[in-house]
Amino acid sequence: MGDTLFEKVWKSHVVVEQESGPSLIYIDRHLVHEVTSPQAFDGLRMNNRKVRRPDLTIATMDHNVPTNDRSLPILDQTSSIQIQTLEKNCNDFGITLFDINSPNQGIVHVIGPQLGITLPGSTIVCGDSHTSTHGAFGALALGIGTSDVEHVLASQTMWLEKPKTFEIKVDGKIKNPHAVTAKDIVLSIIKNIGTGGGTGTVIEYRGQGISDLSMEQRMTICNMSIEAGARAGMIAPDEKTFDYLRDRKYTPKNYESLVEIWRDSLKTDNDAKFEKEFTLDINDIAPQVSWGTNPGMTCDVTESIPTPDDFSNGDDNQKKGAQKALDYMDLKSGTPVEEIKIDRVFIGSCTNARLEDLIEASKVIKGQKISSHVKAMVVPGSQMVKKQAEEMGLDKIFIESNFEWREAGCSMCLGMNPDILSPGERCASTSNRNFEGRQGTGGRTHLVSPVMAAAAAIAGHFVDVRKLDLN
Amino acid sequence: MEPFKNIQSIITPLDKVNVDTDQIIPKQFLKLVQKSGFGKFLFYNWRFDETENKRSDFVLNDSKYENSHILVSGDNFGCGSSREHAVWALQDYGFSVIIAPSFADIFFSNCFKNGILPITLDQEIVETLFIETDSVEIDLENQIIVTPSRTIPFTIDSHKKKILLEGLDDIAQTFQLENKIIEFEENSTVPSVLKSF
Repeated sequence: MGDTLFEKVWKSHVVVEQESGPSLIYIDRHLVHEVTSPQAFDGLRMNNRKVRRPDLTIATMDHNVPTNDRSLPILDQTSSIQIQTLEKNCNDFGITLFDINSPNQGIVHVIGPQLGITLPGSTIVCGDSHTSTHGAFGALALGIGTSDVEHVLASQTMWLEKPKTFEIKVDGKIKNPHAVTAKDIVLSIIKNIGTGGGTGTVIEYRGQGISDLSMEQRMTICNMSIEAGARAGMIAPDEKTFDYLRDRKYTPKNYESLVEIWRDSLKTDNDAKFEKEFTLDINDIAPQVSWGTNPGMTCDVTESIPTPDDFSNGDDNQKKGAQKALDYMDLKSGTPVEEIKIDRVFIGSCTNARLEDLIEASKVIKGQKISSHVKAMVVPGSQMVKKQAEEMGLDKIFIESNFEWREAGCSMCLGMNPDILSPGERCASTSNRNFEGRQGTGGRTHLVSPVMAAAAAIAGHFVDVRKLDLN
Repeated sequence: MEPFKNIQSIITPLDKVNVDTDQIIPKQFLKLVQKSGFGKFLFYNWRFDETENKRSDFVLNDSKYENSHILVSGDNFGCGSSREHAVWALQDYGFSVIIAPSFADIFFSNCFKNGILPITLDQEIVETLFIETDSVEIDLENQIIVTPSRTIPFTIDSHKKKILLEGLDDIAQTFQLENKIIEFEENSTVPSVLKSF
């Protein structure tokens, strides 16, 4: 029996295998940010340990950085301390840092691929669950806790139980790819398999529906693997992958010879078997809108808010969860999604703040003003994305529509910086989590694609973007 | 890490599914640069209202659970963000055992790095623990939960059990295998990031 893509990458990184229990896995790339690393560096200091491979470690600051004027001091003192701590740690331990003023600064999962740090067939870790994003390049990319950050800094390895394999096949062809996007595909998947559907597995996304996607869209898919509970998500590299990484800042000098190896080796063998399987047909999928407090609580934009009974399929615990979610979201079962009014729009995050996302969203709003009761902002995923967008004039389109145009960072995806919702505010957000209070205590998040968020900003409520002329 | 000792305690029932790490420790408390002091922020938005008064309907605010070391909850506990602060907060608050029908992977792994024992049990057994009002004993060595009326066995990977019982330092263990790491590096074909300038 052949191997899956995951098994091939796994096997090529096993340093020590035991009869039972976890294996010691070598880590090719370690991405570090300000929030989950200070305690790890402290641990190294206490035990007089060094960073084993500073040359395989890259740091940036993204989670709590302000996204307004970067020439101003950071007002929040605790954020400021965390940022200074990362600067000191990178300096002390010899790690390359893209700081707040660097043209390479940005959300760690946006800059990794943009800089050519992310490579097919490699192992990548970061103290952030959305590390799964990098799997779009055929890497095994895992989110880890701070203890593992310390372990990888010290040893460039990590102990890991071998996850199970999960094939998610995306069949068919989207009729209007400007209106129905990768975000809608991945939300549909999570809606179907549930937020724990991928627990203990590494997902490989396969099929026509995946190979048709651009690299940036594939990143959106892999990014949200963690929202289905998966350890990682992967997509086998193809010519789109190799083209994307060619001539980036850190693309290896021997790149073409690496591509030759990857082209033949980094794919699942025909006779390989997956331990779990799911198939989604995307021929007729609609734009998705989350209505609850986890990403599995999602429906079509054309539907109405479900009853807890309809949602739970007879599971009492799920029913209680759905009722609680409706209460928190202040929604009534039976309300058409298109009638839900919004107060805020956030276009940003490691899920949907890349150049294509901003281009597609800008087409929706061009020449129009956002609804008078809506406040809207765009936070590019990286300073490089921001610069590219500005070179195309996208900033002007957004600003003329009354969007705020910000500096790069995680921003309102998790609201660690000043960008937060006020209690009760309802937001159409291109981010990845609609948990209670995620975007600000008492805030209400609806997860949508960038074009859906843009259309909601103009209309002041959700609209089915398939009705708009987007070509 | 301190070796895990047997626990005798009443159970705090948190009867919710999909408890995410954003609820366990909300983001506004992730800015500390040390590991201690997170307990007072545990389940902050569920424990306190907008004016920072205790919400009387939240289980942790019921004084009878004040000295509980065992938390029992629903499916998919610890989902979402990888923040280890969630485990630090549970531990600092006083919990050393979390019982649920299933856990999210990263949270589960983080527990063992900090001496917390996560126990996975069938839904039906978890339901009975939600209504258990007597003190129970968690015996890791023998892998049992002892209630006044019965003994509930649980499974745990032998490697993880050893780590908890002996309070092992992961990194020190790994360093004993350094020759294997060096060997791997000598044969690795993945280029160094910085050499590719």
